[in-house]
Amino acid sequence: MFQHDLFTVSMSNCEQFQITIKNDTVAGQQVQERIVKILEDLGYPPRDVFSVRLALEEALVNAIKHGNGMDPTKSVQIECSISQDLARIEIEDEGEGFEPEEVPDPTDPANLERPCGRGLMLMRSFMSLIEFNDSGNRVTLEKKREQASENGDGDASEDESS
Amino acid sequence: MATGGQRRIDIEDVGDVTVARFIDKKILDETNIQIIGNQLFGLVDEDGRKKIVLDFTNVEYLSSAALGKLITMDKKVKGAKGKLRLCSIRPDIYEVFAITKLNKLFDIRDDQEKALEGF
Repeated sequence: MFQHDLFTVSMSNCEQFQITIKNDTVAGQQVQERIVKILEDLGYPPRDVFSVRLALEEALVNAIKHGNGMDPTKSVQIECSISQDLARIEIEDEGEGFEPEEVPDPTDPANLERPCGRGLMLMRSFMSLIEFNDSGNRVTLEKKREQASENGDGDASEDESS
Repeated sequence: MATGGQRRIDIEDVGDVTVARFIDKKILDETNIQIIGNQLFGLVDEDGRKKIVLDFTNVEYLSSAALGKLITMDKKVKGAKGKLRLCSIRPDIYEVFAITKLNKLFDIRDDQEKALEGF
Protein backbone atom coordinates (compact mmCIF):
# COMPACT_ATOMS: atom_id res chain seq x y z
CA MET A 1 0.00 0.00 0.00
CA PHE A 2 2.99 2.26 0.31
CA GLN A 3 4.99 3.82 -2.43
CA HIS A 4 2.10 4.27 -4.81
CA ASP A 5 1.38 7.73 -6.05
CA LEU A 6 -2.00 8.99 -5.04
CA PHE A 7 -1.89 11.18 -8.06
CA THR A 8 0.60 12.24 -10.63
CA VAL A 9 0.31 15.12 -13.02
CA SER A 10 2.96 15.48 -15.61
CA MET A 11 2.98 18.22 -18.15
CA SER A 12 5.80 19.61 -20.19
CA ASN A 13 6.74 22.23 -17.63
CA CYS A 14 5.11 21.12 -14.41
CA GLU A 15 5.29 17.96 -12.32
CA GLN A 16 3.07 17.10 -9.41
CA PHE A 17 2.75 14.01 -7.31
CA GLN A 18 1.63 12.85 -3.94
CA ILE A 19 3.09 9.76 -2.33
CA THR A 20 2.97 7.97 0.99
CA ILE A 21 6.18 6.20 1.91
CA LYS A 22 7.02 3.84 4.72
CA ASN A 23 8.94 5.28 7.62
CA ASP A 24 12.38 4.41 6.36
CA THR A 25 15.27 6.59 5.24
CA VAL A 26 15.89 4.44 2.14
CA ALA A 27 12.34 5.17 0.96
CA GLY A 28 13.03 8.82 1.75
CA GLN A 29 16.16 8.73 -0.41
CA GLN A 30 14.17 7.36 -3.32
CA VAL A 31 11.73 10.26 -3.19
CA GLN A 32 14.64 12.62 -2.88
CA GLU A 33 16.22 11.20 -6.05
CA ARG A 34 12.91 11.44 -7.86
CA ILE A 35 12.49 15.12 -6.98
CA VAL A 36 16.10 15.90 -7.87
CA LYS A 37 15.57 14.24 -11.26
CA ILE A 38 12.51 16.43 -11.92
CA LEU A 39 14.47 19.57 -11.04
CA GLU A 40 17.31 18.53 -13.32
CA ASP A 41 14.92 17.69 -16.15
CA LEU A 42 13.33 21.13 -15.77
CA GLY A 43 16.79 22.69 -16.01
CA TYR A 44 17.02 24.11 -12.51
CA PRO A 45 20.53 25.46 -11.79
CA PRO A 46 22.84 23.10 -9.84
CA ARG A 47 22.83 25.46 -6.90
CA ASP A 48 19.02 25.14 -6.58
CA VAL A 49 19.23 21.38 -6.91
CA PHE A 50 21.83 21.34 -4.14
CA SER A 51 19.60 23.44 -1.89
CA VAL A 52 16.50 21.36 -2.45
CA ARG A 53 18.33 18.07 -1.95
CA LEU A 54 19.86 19.28 1.27
CA ALA A 55 16.55 20.61 2.62
CA LEU A 56 14.73 17.43 1.59
CA GLU A 57 17.28 15.26 3.33
CA GLU A 58 16.91 17.27 6.53
CA ALA A 59 13.11 17.39 6.37
CA LEU A 60 12.74 13.68 5.61
CA VAL A 61 15.15 12.65 8.36
CA ASN A 62 13.26 14.92 10.76
CA ALA A 63 9.94 13.33 9.78
CA ILE A 64 11.20 9.74 9.91
CA LYS A 65 13.44 9.99 12.97
CA HIS A 66 12.02 12.71 15.14
CA GLY A 67 8.40 12.92 13.98
CA ASN A 68 7.65 9.24 13.57
CA GLY A 69 10.36 8.14 15.98
CA MET A 70 11.67 5.48 13.52
CA ASP A 71 8.40 3.58 14.04
CA PRO A 72 8.15 1.17 11.08
CA THR A 73 4.35 1.08 11.29
CA LYS A 74 4.12 4.78 10.55
CA SER A 75 4.38 6.54 7.23
CA VAL A 76 5.33 9.88 5.72
CA GLN A 77 3.25 11.71 3.19
CA ILE A 78 4.92 13.84 0.56
CA GLU A 79 3.28 16.24 -1.84
CA CYS A 80 5.37 17.75 -4.52
CA SER A 81 4.64 20.35 -7.13
CA ILE A 82 7.40 21.64 -9.34
CA SER A 83 6.96 24.18 -12.10
CA GLN A 84 9.54 26.05 -14.13
CA ASP A 85 9.82 28.72 -11.43
CA LEU A 86 8.97 27.12 -8.14
CA ALA A 87 9.51 23.85 -6.34
CA ARG A 88 7.08 23.25 -3.50
CA ILE A 89 7.28 20.18 -1.31
CA GLU A 90 5.16 19.32 1.70
CA ILE A 91 6.18 16.59 4.09
CA GLU A 92 3.89 15.29 6.81
CA ASP A 93 4.63 12.72 9.47
CA GLU A 94 2.38 11.02 11.99
CA GLY A 95 4.14 12.39 15.02
CA GLU A 96 2.91 14.86 17.57
CA GLY A 97 4.77 17.73 15.98
CA PHE A 98 7.06 20.22 17.65
CA GLU A 99 7.54 23.93 18.26
CA PRO A 100 10.16 25.15 15.78
CA GLU A 101 10.81 28.20 17.98
CA GLU A 102 11.89 25.95 20.81
CA VAL A 103 14.72 24.36 18.89
CA PRO A 104 17.90 25.80 20.43
CA ASP A 105 20.06 27.99 18.22
CA PRO A 106 22.88 25.71 17.11
CA THR A 107 25.15 28.68 16.41
CA ASP A 108 24.99 29.84 20.01
CA PRO A 109 28.52 29.27 21.38
CA ALA A 110 27.01 27.13 24.13
CA ASN A 111 25.50 24.80 21.53
CA LEU A 112 28.20 24.97 18.86
CA GLU A 113 29.73 21.68 19.86
CA ARG A 114 26.45 19.83 20.22
CA PRO A 115 26.18 17.33 17.42
CA CYS A 116 22.53 17.99 16.51
CA GLY A 117 20.01 20.75 15.85
CA ARG A 118 21.32 22.13 12.58
CA GLY A 119 18.85 20.68 10.09
CA LEU A 120 16.19 23.32 10.62
CA MET A 121 18.68 26.11 10.24
CA LEU A 122 20.01 24.67 6.98
CA MET A 123 16.48 24.32 5.58
CA ARG A 124 15.76 27.96 6.43
CA SER A 125 18.96 29.15 4.83
CA PHE A 126 18.82 27.15 1.63
CA MET A 127 15.12 27.39 0.83
CA SER A 128 13.05 30.43 -0.16
CA LEU A 129 10.36 29.52 2.34
CA ILE A 130 9.85 27.05 5.15
CA GLU A 131 6.61 26.84 7.09
CA PHE A 132 5.14 24.47 9.63
CA ASN A 133 1.49 23.78 10.29
CA ASP A 134 0.16 24.61 13.75
CA SER A 135 0.79 21.19 15.19
CA GLY A 136 4.30 21.06 13.72
CA ASN A 137 4.05 17.69 11.96
CA ARG A 138 3.85 19.11 8.46
CA VAL A 139 6.52 21.22 6.82
CA THR A 140 6.20 23.14 3.57
CA LEU A 141 9.38 23.88 1.67
CA GLU A 142 9.56 26.20 -1.29
CA LYS A 143 12.43 27.03 -3.56
CA LYS A 144 12.10 29.72 -6.17
CA ARG A 145 14.18 29.08 -9.20
CA GLU A 146 17.29 31.20 -9.12
CA GLN A 147 17.21 33.64 -11.99
CA ALA A 148 20.17 33.65 -14.30
CA SER A 149 22.36 36.71 -13.80
CA GLU A 150 21.71 37.96 -17.29
CA ASN A 151 18.04 38.59 -17.99
CA GLY A 152 17.37 35.73 -20.30
CA ASP A 153 16.22 36.67 -23.72
CA GLY A 154 13.75 33.82 -23.76
CA ASP A 155 10.11 33.94 -22.79
CA ALA A 156 9.30 36.59 -20.24
CA SER A 157 6.94 34.58 -18.11
CA GLU A 158 4.88 37.43 -16.78
CA ASP A 159 1.58 35.64 -16.97
CA GLU A 160 0.28 34.18 -13.77
CA SER A 161 -1.32 30.85 -14.22
CA SER A 162 -2.67 29.93 -10.85
CA MET B 1 33.12 -2.16 17.16
CA ALA B 2 35.44 -2.14 14.26
CA THR B 3 34.63 -0.14 11.20
CA GLY B 4 32.37 -2.74 9.64
CA GLY B 5 31.07 -2.66 6.13
CA GLN B 6 32.62 -1.11 3.12
CA ARG B 7 35.48 1.31 3.48
CA ARG B 8 34.21 4.88 3.20
CA ILE B 9 37.46 6.75 3.62
CA ASP B 10 40.85 6.41 1.98
CA ILE B 11 43.74 6.70 4.38
CA GLU B 12 47.13 8.02 3.41
CA ASP B 13 50.03 8.71 5.72
CA VAL B 14 52.02 11.82 4.91
CA GLY B 15 54.88 11.88 7.41
CA ASP B 16 53.21 11.70 10.79
CA VAL B 17 49.95 13.13 9.48
CA THR B 18 47.00 10.95 8.51
CA VAL B 19 45.09 12.19 5.48
CA ALA B 20 41.59 10.72 5.39
CA ARG B 21 39.76 11.31 2.14
CA PHE B 22 36.02 10.70 1.92
CA ILE B 23 35.14 8.34 -0.91
CA ASP B 24 31.43 9.15 -1.11
CA LYS B 25 30.02 12.06 -3.07
CA LYS B 26 27.02 12.24 -0.78
CA ILE B 27 27.35 11.98 2.95
CA LEU B 28 23.64 11.88 3.56
CA ASP B 29 22.17 8.52 4.31
CA GLU B 30 21.89 7.69 7.98
CA THR B 31 23.49 4.25 7.73
CA ASN B 32 26.26 5.63 5.60
CA ILE B 33 26.93 8.42 8.07
CA GLN B 34 27.05 5.92 10.91
CA ILE B 35 29.67 3.84 9.09
CA ILE B 36 31.72 6.89 8.14
CA GLY B 37 31.55 8.12 11.73
CA ASN B 38 32.80 4.78 13.07
CA GLN B 39 35.63 4.67 10.55
CA LEU B 40 36.69 8.18 11.49
CA PHE B 41 36.47 7.56 15.22
CA GLY B 42 38.53 4.38 14.74
CA LEU B 43 41.44 6.51 13.54
CA VAL B 44 41.65 8.05 16.99
CA ASP B 45 40.19 5.42 19.29
CA GLU B 46 41.76 2.32 17.75
CA ASP B 47 44.76 3.52 15.75
CA GLY B 48 45.75 6.29 18.15
CA ARG B 49 46.33 8.78 15.35
CA LYS B 50 46.66 12.37 16.50
CA LYS B 51 47.27 14.51 13.44
CA ILE B 52 44.44 14.11 11.03
CA VAL B 53 43.42 15.92 7.85
CA LEU B 54 39.95 15.25 6.47
CA ASP B 55 39.92 15.77 2.73
CA PHE B 56 36.51 16.68 1.23
CA THR B 57 37.57 16.70 -2.43
CA ASN B 58 34.94 14.14 -3.44
CA VAL B 59 32.12 15.41 -1.28
CA GLU B 60 29.23 17.10 -3.10
CA TYR B 61 26.54 16.79 -0.44
CA LEU B 62 26.65 16.76 3.32
CA SER B 63 23.80 16.77 5.81
CA SER B 64 23.51 18.03 9.35
CA ALA B 65 23.80 14.45 10.62
CA ALA B 66 27.25 14.29 9.02
CA LEU B 67 28.16 17.59 10.69
CA GLY B 68 27.29 15.93 13.99
CA LYS B 69 29.84 13.19 13.34
CA LEU B 70 32.49 15.76 12.44
CA ILE B 71 31.85 17.61 15.69
CA THR B 72 32.22 14.41 17.66
CA MET B 73 35.40 13.61 15.72
CA ASP B 74 36.81 17.05 16.54
CA LYS B 75 36.11 16.45 20.22
CA LYS B 76 37.77 13.05 20.13
CA VAL B 77 40.88 14.40 18.46
CA LYS B 78 41.11 17.32 20.88
CA GLY B 79 40.48 14.92 23.77
CA ALA B 80 43.49 12.91 22.58
CA LYS B 81 45.51 16.14 22.44
CA GLY B 82 45.68 15.84 18.69
CA LYS B 83 44.86 18.16 15.82
CA LEU B 84 42.18 17.92 13.17
CA ARG B 85 42.06 19.94 9.96
CA LEU B 86 39.53 19.93 7.16
CA CYS B 87 40.42 20.74 3.57
CA SER B 88 39.24 20.94 -0.05
CA ILE B 89 35.66 21.82 0.81
CA ARG B 90 33.72 23.05 -2.22
CA PRO B 91 31.84 26.36 -1.92
CA ASP B 92 28.33 24.87 -1.56
CA ILE B 93 29.49 22.68 1.27
CA TYR B 94 31.53 25.45 2.84
CA GLU B 95 28.31 27.43 3.03
CA VAL B 96 26.83 24.66 5.17
CA PHE B 97 29.74 25.14 7.59
CA ALA B 98 29.45 28.92 7.47
CA ILE B 99 25.68 29.02 8.08
CA THR B 100 26.02 26.79 11.10
CA LYS B 101 29.14 28.74 12.20
CA LEU B 102 31.10 25.51 12.29
CA ASN B 103 33.74 27.22 10.17
CA LYS B 104 34.75 28.77 13.50
CA LEU B 105 34.91 25.47 15.31
CA PHE B 106 36.91 23.61 12.68
CA ASP B 107 40.33 24.43 11.31
CA ILE B 108 39.51 24.58 7.58
CA ARG B 109 42.23 24.92 4.92
CA ASP B 110 41.86 25.44 1.18
CA ASP B 111 43.59 22.28 0.01
CA GLN B 112 45.59 19.34 1.21
CA GLU B 113 48.91 21.07 0.73
CA LYS B 114 47.84 23.98 2.91
CA ALA B 115 46.36 21.60 5.46
CA LEU B 116 49.69 19.83 5.79
CA GLU B 117 51.66 23.05 6.20
CA GLY B 118 53.07 23.44 9.68
CA PHE B 119 51.11 20.52 11.04
